[in-house]
Amino acid sequence: MPRFVSTTPDSRLLPFPWDTPLADWPVELLVALPRGLSRHVVRFIQVGHSVYAAKEVVEHLAVHEYRLLTDLYRLDTPSVEPVGIITERRDRAGNLLDPILLTRHLEFSLPYRSLFTPGVRQETVSRLLDAMVVLIARLHLIGFKWGDVSLSNILFRRDAGDFAAYLVDAETGELHTGLSDGQREQDLEIARTNLYGDFLDLQAGGLLLPPLDPITLVDTVTTRYHELWQELTGVEEFSGSEMDRIEGRVRRLNALGFDVAEMDIQTDAGSSKIRIQPKVVDAGHHQRRLMRLTGLDTEENQARRLLNDLDTYRFRMGLSHVDEAVVAHRWLTEVFEPVMQQVPQQLRAKREPAQLFHEVLDYRWYGSQREHREMPMIEAAQGYVRDVLEALPDEAMSREALLPVGPTERLVNPYDPSQGYVEEGEQPPHDPWEDEVDDSPVPSGFLDIAALRAKAADTGEGSGATR
Amino acid sequence: MATVSYKDATRIYPGSDHPAVDRLNLEIGDGEFMVLVGPSGCGKSTSLRMLAGLEEVNEGNIFIGDRDVTDLPPKDRDIAMVFQNYALYPHMTVADNMGFALKMQNVPKAERQQRVLEAAKLLGLEDFLNRRPKALSGGQRQRVAMGRAIVRQPHVFLMDEPLSNLDAKLRVSTRTQIAALQARLGVTTVYVTHDQVEAMTMGHRVAVMKDGILQQVDSPLTLYDKPANLFVAGFIGSPAMNLISGKVVDGGVQIGDYVVPVPREVLAKAEGEQNLTLGIRPEAFHVDEAGIAVDVSVVEDLGADIYLYATLAGTSDEAKITAQQIVARLSTRHPAGQNRVRLGVDPASIHVFSNESQLRIS
Repeated sequence: MPRFVSTTPDSRLLPFPWDTPLADWPVELLVALPRGLSRHVVRFIQVGHSVYAAKEVVEHLAVHEYRLLTDLYRLDTPSVEPVGIITERRDRAGNLLDPILLTRHLEFSLPYRSLFTPGVRQETVSRLLDAMVVLIARLHLIGFKWGDVSLSNILFRRDAGDFAAYLVDAETGELHTGLSDGQREQDLEIARTNLYGDFLDLQAGGLLLPPLDPITLVDTVTTRYHELWQELTGVEEFSGSEMDRIEGRVRRLNALGFDVAEMDIQTDAGSSKIRIQPKVVDAGHHQRRLMRLTGLDTEENQARRLLNDLDTYRFRMGLSHVDEAVVAHRWLTEVFEPVMQQVPQQLRAKREPAQLFHEVLDYRWYGSQREHREMPMIEAAQGYVRDVLEALPDEAMSREALLPVGPTERLVNPYDPSQGYVEEGEQPPHDPWEDEVDDSPVPSGFLDIAALRAKAADTGEGSGATR
Repeated sequence: MATVSYKDATRIYPGSDHPAVDRLNLEIGDGEFMVLVGPSGCGKSTSLRMLAGLEEVNEGNIFIGDRDVTDLPPKDRDIAMVFQNYALYPHMTVADNMGFALKMQNVPKAERQQRVLEAAKLLGLEDFLNRRPKALSGGQRQRVAMGRAIVRQPHVFLMDEPLSNLDAKLRVSTRTQIAALQARLGVTTVYVTHDQVEAMTMGHRVAVMKDGILQQVDSPLTLYDKPANLFVAGFIGSPAMNLISGKVVDGGVQIGDYVVPVPREVLAKAEGEQNLTLGIRPEAFHVDEAGIAVDVSVVEDLGADIYLYATLAGTSDEAKITAQQIVARLSTRHPAGQNRVRLGVDPASIHVFSNESQLRIS
């Protein structure tokens, strides 16, 4: 009987065929969602109304990743939510199978393969890179060394006009109290190499349009990371007459979406120099403010956009003297919710509410410009549903992976892009190394000292005891 | 090619009262395959990461060749972490999968091709170079990942538990392949594992660590035949060495009703100690009239040999559950139905340790 380890037990998991290797699970249990490459067997499974990602992996790694994801989730880091581990799996012959790690599929998420399709705009790619850089910096701030930054290990969600990036694979990760410069540099070096490979692969598959060049893209990631890190943690020095630079720094960080929880300010007794350095910065400045005011849980840029609308509403209604929380409640019931009510139930899986609101605001702005009048929100919402939303693909559970990726490419296994593409009529070359593998003895934990002595005698290496 | 030297290298984590690595002194020869081994928390991975530039060195220095790299950033150290990146790109050929990082470093195309070809020859992947990685086996994927490190031609390879995510069968074959490749390439390699069998079968020399302190560094056979202290004696060998404490008497150490002979000059080294620990490898035992009396609990028949699991004679049934188990590997058949046997040992195969200093005295 397999063992379930989970903080949120789910009895619906019990009937799944845990005694079968994940690669052999019946297709009717699986969902073909787009995803990146993986060196392990990964499948999406439907459990009630939820979709879980299942990864078959050796026990110590499964436990390590489950714990790390739990920590990251608790620290409010953008990462997938761990569901549990199923250990002590045995097949019908009684052989032990590797455990399965379950994570909740991130709704409304888009893997890079569905974003980097032919026709992707350079601007969009630039925004994806920004999202990635923010994710890496946020992880580094909390002391997380990823060890395997790659496009395959990231999911993207729409965030107003930008994207928010989420970590999906923490297998190689380490959580420290803080990271040394060497650790961050190495993480970035791994990111550079992996991303370069990812981009070259997209290029080889005809998915990266000519103006986009892998090396430029990778360099952009490095440069922007360093810029962001400098802004987040760098030391700034100025004279005592420029005290407003402290506030300026805080404002710049807020604009980037970070709160300053602690700023180190040093004054030099001998001179009028002042030295400042942010010590504790937390991501999600606008997110937290919106959450506190309205209870809406959104991405950072969505929050910024909604807060802008809230501020405009306050000004327009002449409510500047009223408490912000009261205004927020009125905005929620008089503006936000009526817009949501214009969206028919069957179309709600296409966009998250906050993203939808952001797109309605855009629609209204363009509409107002075109028609030289101010379009009311409800009219804009109705127009957006009719002109835009109807035609959009379902993103709560995007199924684009079922489509062929390249013009003539067909996946060997639609549930596993890591296996690559079908190449017709080719026999693999003979590989003598594989023959050796098949003949190798059954592995055992015993130390074969006789074999070691024989080898040492062969190579002329002696033991200190026999010399 | 390069040597690696740790000179009093120390790493203390902030907030910790004792060092994770305590004044490590280790000389790794040019082309040597050095394995760092020890239980979890012993400092082996920290030592490797100090060499890689991922951990600050609080005291002491680290040299690669003649160069002091203590404060150099990782990318300037000319090292390669092997198996850092396993993902194979489906649209790219095996050759591109192996050589793409060189392209990023602006290595000219002809040289890239040459290096990839050489690595592929070493790895038996020549016929696969122009194919895409579709349907490569787990082992072949491992070899492509090794190829990625080889084409970079670093001065030192670093491997941190590289086999830990493989299944048992692939682990054994990859182990052999890594060792064979390293021998052919002759690149200085530092390899970290918690698995002593892996350490012993792969390393030219093995450095055993515990609590941040280097216990012994020697060839696998020397570690096996002359463990420097009780920790190394118990850690190296599978099944482990039997470590039995007994009272010092005239001419030896008494275990039960039998005095195991120990030369006088050895006993003299532990003057004043009432008890000493004898270390006896399972295969050093034979059934003998003159020997340590044990009660057999399990006999495991392996065909040519048998393993005998026993406790010292006279241990009560209740005490047996927690009592020290004695393991003997015998080439003779175990007399059926006989529960009490005597196990003799050739005096040359007895390791003697001081209980006070924990050090070997024989």
